[in-house]
Amino acid sequence: MANHQDDKIDKKKRSFLIAATTVTGAIGAGAITVPFLSSMTPSERAKAAGAPVEVDVSKIEAGAMITTEWRGQPVWIINRSKAMLDSLKKNDSNLSDPNLDVISQQPSYCKNATRSLKPNLLVLVGICTHLGCSPTAKLQTQGDMGENWNGGFFCPCHGSKFDLAGRVYKGSPAPINLVVPPHKYINETTLLIGEDNKG
Amino acid sequence: MKILTKLFLIIIFVYSSVGFANEHLILDKAPIDLNDQASLQRGAKIFINYCLNCHSANYMRYNRLKDIGLSDNLIKENLLFTAEKVGEPMKIAMTKKDAKDWFGANPPDLSVEVRARGADWIYSYLRGYYRDSSRPTGWNNTVFDKTAMPHILWKLQGDQKLNEEHHTLELVKPGTLSVKEYDAFVGDLVNYLTFMSEPSKLKRLHMGYYVLLFLGLLLVLTIKLKKEFWKDIK
Amino acid sequence: MKTEIKTKKTKGGLMAWIDERFPLSSLITNHLTEYYAPKNFNFWYFFGALALLTLILQLITGLLLTMHYKPDAELAFGSVEYIMRDVSFGWLIRYMHSTGASLFFVVIYLHMFKALIYGSYKNPRELLWLFGVSIFLCLMGEAFFGYLLPWGQMSYWGAQVIVNLFSAIPFVGPDLSEWLRGDYLVSDATLNRFFAFHVIALPLALCGLVFLHLVALHEVGSNNPDGIEIKKNLDKRTNIPLDGIPFHPYYTVKDLIGVSVFLIVFALIVFYLPEMGGYFLEANNFIPADPLKTPAHIAPVWYFTPYYSILRAVPPVLNSQFPGVAAMGLSVLAFAFLPWLDRSKVKSIRYKGNLFKRWIVLFVVSFFVLGYLGTVPSNVWGQFSNAIPLIGGVDKATVVARIFTITYFLFFVLMPYYSKKDKTKPVPSRVSYK
Repeated sequence: MANHQDDKIDKKKRSFLIAATTVTGAIGAGAITVPFLSSMTPSERAKAAGAPVEVDVSKIEAGAMITTEWRGQPVWIINRSKAMLDSLKKNDSNLSDPNLDVISQQPSYCKNATRSLKPNLLVLVGICTHLGCSPTAKLQTQGDMGENWNGGFFCPCHGSKFDLAGRVYKGSPAPINLVVPPHKYINETTLLIGEDNKG
Repeated sequence: MKILTKLFLIIIFVYSSVGFANEHLILDKAPIDLNDQASLQRGAKIFINYCLNCHSANYMRYNRLKDIGLSDNLIKENLLFTAEKVGEPMKIAMTKKDAKDWFGANPPDLSVEVRARGADWIYSYLRGYYRDSSRPTGWNNTVFDKTAMPHILWKLQGDQKLNEEHHTLELVKPGTLSVKEYDAFVGDLVNYLTFMSEPSKLKRLHMGYYVLLFLGLLLVLTIKLKKEFWKDIK
Repeated sequence: MKTEIKTKKTKGGLMAWIDERFPLSSLITNHLTEYYAPKNFNFWYFFGALALLTLILQLITGLLLTMHYKPDAELAFGSVEYIMRDVSFGWLIRYMHSTGASLFFVVIYLHMFKALIYGSYKNPRELLWLFGVSIFLCLMGEAFFGYLLPWGQMSYWGAQVIVNLFSAIPFVGPDLSEWLRGDYLVSDATLNRFFAFHVIALPLALCGLVFLHLVALHEVGSNNPDGIEIKKNLDKRTNIPLDGIPFHPYYTVKDLIGVSVFLIVFALIVFYLPEMGGYFLEANNFIPADPLKTPAHIAPVWYFTPYYSILRAVPPVLNSQFPGVAAMGLSVLAFAFLPWLDRSKVKSIRYKGNLFKRWIVLFVVSFFVLGYLGTVPSNVWGQFSNAIPLIGGVDKATVVARIFTITYFLFFVLMPYYSKKDKTKPVPSRVSYK
């Protein structure tokens, strides 16, 4: 019969080896999920299609608006007149978030009274923050929006209203202000949507 | 059982010495060095200036050139010929139909040409043109007989003539580059084409080192673990 | 009473909760901790587990590829390059899938060879073997359908050749081929349906058959290098086979070594040699499919070459290619008959005589020679001089292929005879283990 000493299981060694192998295996398994999960992130093709868009803003007349596209979404650029800018403060008491407390809706450099980099030029993603329809521009005061209308946007799907800084009116189904996308001016006449100096 | 092991080893040995295909053509070795970014950048410039007019590289985005050290601005200012943005691929304006009409054959897309033909083949091909008045382009090629592609680089290489007797090429009229310079020129281009065929190659080689190191560790641990448990088995 | 209620909150409680609803504990005992496998497994016994690992690898990498691949004739080739360049780590996933496909066949051939030398197909494991042959057939189909998907020149023309083979079948052939293709030639219609087969039908069939294969295995217990039925020698007290050891932890732990070695080989190829000299990823397949331009040399992927050689070796009879097609089909199906062809009283080659050993060697040599010949054109060695009678003017490689086709089939056809006549050695009652 073999020496009984040989029959004793070195439990400590076994535990250590089991632990060491399990940890190494787990690290390996974890490591392999990185490329697998990464492959599902936007590809170079998606990034290229979603690349920043340049827009010439020099030709937009005062009080007028143009629409462009970025990442499959409509983006509005409104050249607000002095009268339009002056009227913004009047809306504050009727707005859900006049002071832009919900900071996710605009970059930090647009957390100001005009919600823009250049005072007159407003850049907005034209998608209602309720359920995703594209609101209609109602830039002129009054008209078919009634006596008290100060100019802004009206969403036909469920009736949400936004002012000329894209801020949502109280009583709208939409809970938060329209999104201001990251943007910057690469020169006096060219706006770059989708990229800013923050990184 | 030992007989079988010996047999397998013999078979594998014979297989490996005979198995890999032999080329009927003797090709010159292309000077490929994917770590030579200067060469790759020169090659990119050559490709875009000389080849991209007829040959597309539809699967290569301009901004992938960042892998060889070129910034988006540099690309935009010097190389962005067939697209508006650096994220776009290297397409060409010529349609397949027009190409067929004008050249008789469609110039193939070169994105993965090095993987299809081999770097040595392309290197030898671009240096293997010779004057041949019987051909519509006025040129023939020792590597690809009756090629429909004209000798785009002839001003640089000059005129070669085929010595029928010895089946060798002789330079009869020098071009603007010396033989050595032309070889280096084509070398840079083929180096770039090799990079373009598989842009992630260097990353793959780099990662492999660490993966194998890790797996080596895992192997050592699993062997120790097995030996410890199998002490139980008599 | 109160203490009983308290224990239900412990982890053991979770297991008990599951066990009341699902036989988890008994599955673990019956198939792992108290499933007894012979203790004398050797090198050849790694490959079953490795096959399962490769299947899982292919399923995962295949799923990820399907997220980006486009099964459309205009877009397929480009989508593969999209994966290689634009998808984050797409190149890695692609290489894992292409390497995994080839390694799957290496592993399976070694696994089948184990069964051949140890008689694992013999009673009571005939059904286990048949499930295995079915898995092999499905795997061949899976690889064939998958190979069309990159839509390169080799993909296209390989599919063209193989589908055309079916048209050689008498009477139904041409209609069958057209039905398979969904068109008059291999086209977008063919690509799309091959994609459906490759991604859904065959993976499901494979998973089902692998499950059945394992159930059958566990029913009869594994064979071993000595070919001894360990269940015939039970410990009188515990009824446990004397030569058996619990699968877990002993073989789980041993299989981990096999897995590590396999992963090292796998990684070496994926990271340093993904094309494997043109055998795993062929150069010609980097040229987009062109229905108007046949490549100079069409060859199937390496794992099909032995059968392809047999197809080419058989000459047409009465203007029909069908005999070649039939021979190729039979060369694969022949494996299914092994349990009944082998009349030896003894399972393992260790106790068989010289006749069987020599025939196995001849079979393996034939397999390799035919395999090599399938990778090259039949005129690779030139022709015999016209002066020689009978084989004058015939390609030398074809003659060699014909000889080894005959020896390949004779291995099976003559087995009832030589396995019976063979002088076997006495089989011990206990396995040899040192």
